[in-house]
Amino acid sequence: MEKETVIKVEHLAKSFGSFQAVKDVSFTVNKGDVFGFLGPNGAGKSTTIRCLLSLIKPDAGNIEMFGKSYSNQCSAILANIGSIIEKPDFYKYLSAQKNLEIFARISGAKVSKSEIGEMLDFVGLGGRGGDKIGGFSHGMKQRLGIAQTLLHKPDLIILDEPTTGLDPQGIIEIRNLILRLKNEQKKTILLSSHQLSEIELIANRMVIINKGKSIVEGEVQDLLNAQELVVHLEVDQVEKAVQVIRAQFPNAQIVSQNATELEVAIEKLNVPLLNKLIIENGISVFALEPKRKLEDFFMKIVQA
Amino acid sequence: MLLKNTYNEFVKILAKPRSYLGIGALTLLIFVILFAMKADGKSFISFVTASFEQTLSFNGNILNGNLIAFIILQMLIIHIPLLVALVTGDLISGEAAMGTVRMLASKPISRTNIVLSKFIAGAVYTLVITLWLGFLALVVARWIFGTGDIIVLNSDGLVILKESDVMWRYGCAFIVAFLSLLTISTLSICLSAFAENSIGPIVSTMAIIILFTIIGSLDVTVFDNIKPYLFTTHMASWRSFFEDPIPTAKIIQSVVILLVHNVLLVLIAIIKFNKKDITS
Repeated sequence: MEKETVIKVEHLAKSFGSFQAVKDVSFTVNKGDVFGFLGPNGAGKSTTIRCLLSLIKPDAGNIEMFGKSYSNQCSAILANIGSIIEKPDFYKYLSAQKNLEIFARISGAKVSKSEIGEMLDFVGLGGRGGDKIGGFSHGMKQRLGIAQTLLHKPDLIILDEPTTGLDPQGIIEIRNLILRLKNEQKKTILLSSHQLSEIELIANRMVIINKGKSIVEGEVQDLLNAQELVVHLEVDQVEKAVQVIRAQFPNAQIVSQNATELEVAIEKLNVPLLNKLIIENGISVFALEPKRKLEDFFMKIVQA
Repeated sequence: MLLKNTYNEFVKILAKPRSYLGIGALTLLIFVILFAMKADGKSFISFVTASFEQTLSFNGNILNGNLIAFIILQMLIIHIPLLVALVTGDLISGEAAMGTVRMLASKPISRTNIVLSKFIAGAVYTLVITLWLGFLALVVARWIFGTGDIIVLNSDGLVILKESDVMWRYGCAFIVAFLSLLTISTLSICLSAFAENSIGPIVSTMAIIILFTIIGSLDVTVFDNIKPYLFTTHMASWRSFFEDPIPTAKIIQSVVILLVHNVLLVLIAIIKFNKKDITS
């Protein structure tokens, strides 16, 4: 059965003066997806997301949200989206509760004060509703930002770099919150990040963009599995290990080697057997570290 | 949605400390004037009446609340715009500076309604400032100094208005004064739509008022054609209600020009904000 399309972006382009922030970005997000929007800093992720939220008008291309166009159904589209762009900013002179009341009032849905309280509990800010935002940490603001996105029970949640600037504890908290949204509330989530590991942990589909262009799009697992692993080995007899690998895995490729280390491109399924055979041939293994080509691919994009 | 966001704007204005700064400063200024008038008001008045004392005899309570209210209005109508702009100049650009504008604009409310709600909130704040000015200038001054006929010196000479003829004139004068201040409020909101920081629109508003006031006061023919269309030319139109007879046509012209300014400035703000890429 074909999945319902929530976001469809085709050949999006946007310039600011002579600077072309987005050149040609296309991707599709289906209902129920946790969609990773991956790219290095400055790739055009935030500009694309701002276009998705009608904050920026694109120069070219087409955006369809829930099968509707912004040109004539802007309010209907935005009523069904909750978003955090870059970092959630609130009115510092107001309490968390008052801030949420302000955004709830213009969210297009009727949100009661008790529902706001429940939302504060959901994001772990129960009991802090009366505190002014000025005294909140970055992590608390991020969690309040997520509460703000959920107030009107939208079908689509857009989170732009939600873990940026957070400490490791904060990153784990936000990641767990997103996983709860995915698992408990079955939301469609578009998650922008410059970290592959973050997308890999949460998303089921993703697109990689660089220099304003979409490079690759697909299921995260397919993209990961489609790539051969490069296994980094640290052994006491490198030449003997190379002989074993060439004899047992004719399709494997020695990527590099020196006196104590070698890197082998090999299918993921063969890694346990590779480890077993090397040990059975009397070679001591000090380290065996899988490196995915997708990571290298992404790093090459970032470095380029 | 317009009403809901207007309510939001009231919540924000009420919570901002700077909103009370204007009202506090206004209160302080008026009480300074009242104190000065109580302490040495008679010598202040004698400067005006001295030149007429050879031909006229002044009896009764000349230094009364009605005259003090007129003096306060005359003194403060130039300074109150700063107090108004302090709050209204921040209404849109303050959202950009804080980053909340992207949260606001990504909600299902049209940008036109966002600007209109800010304009309405700014207008109500301006009305509160005007009413507070009226209360302190008229009610408190009358309570302290008592009532009486009012003597007004204008370009045609001395105008003496009977006590019974004063209150309705003040009512009308405050309406026109409100319209003048509303123009300042709308101008600063309009400039606020172009800016990304709070201070820019406030300073720009004051700069425009100073520039237009200087142009208006320069007796140079090159500016004669534009002077009637500058809003600053009409900011003192409230004074016309204290002339006898009242120059109705002149007042109507001022009201129309101020209203046209308001409509144009709101339209410019709406168009600009609708076209704006929100990148902050």
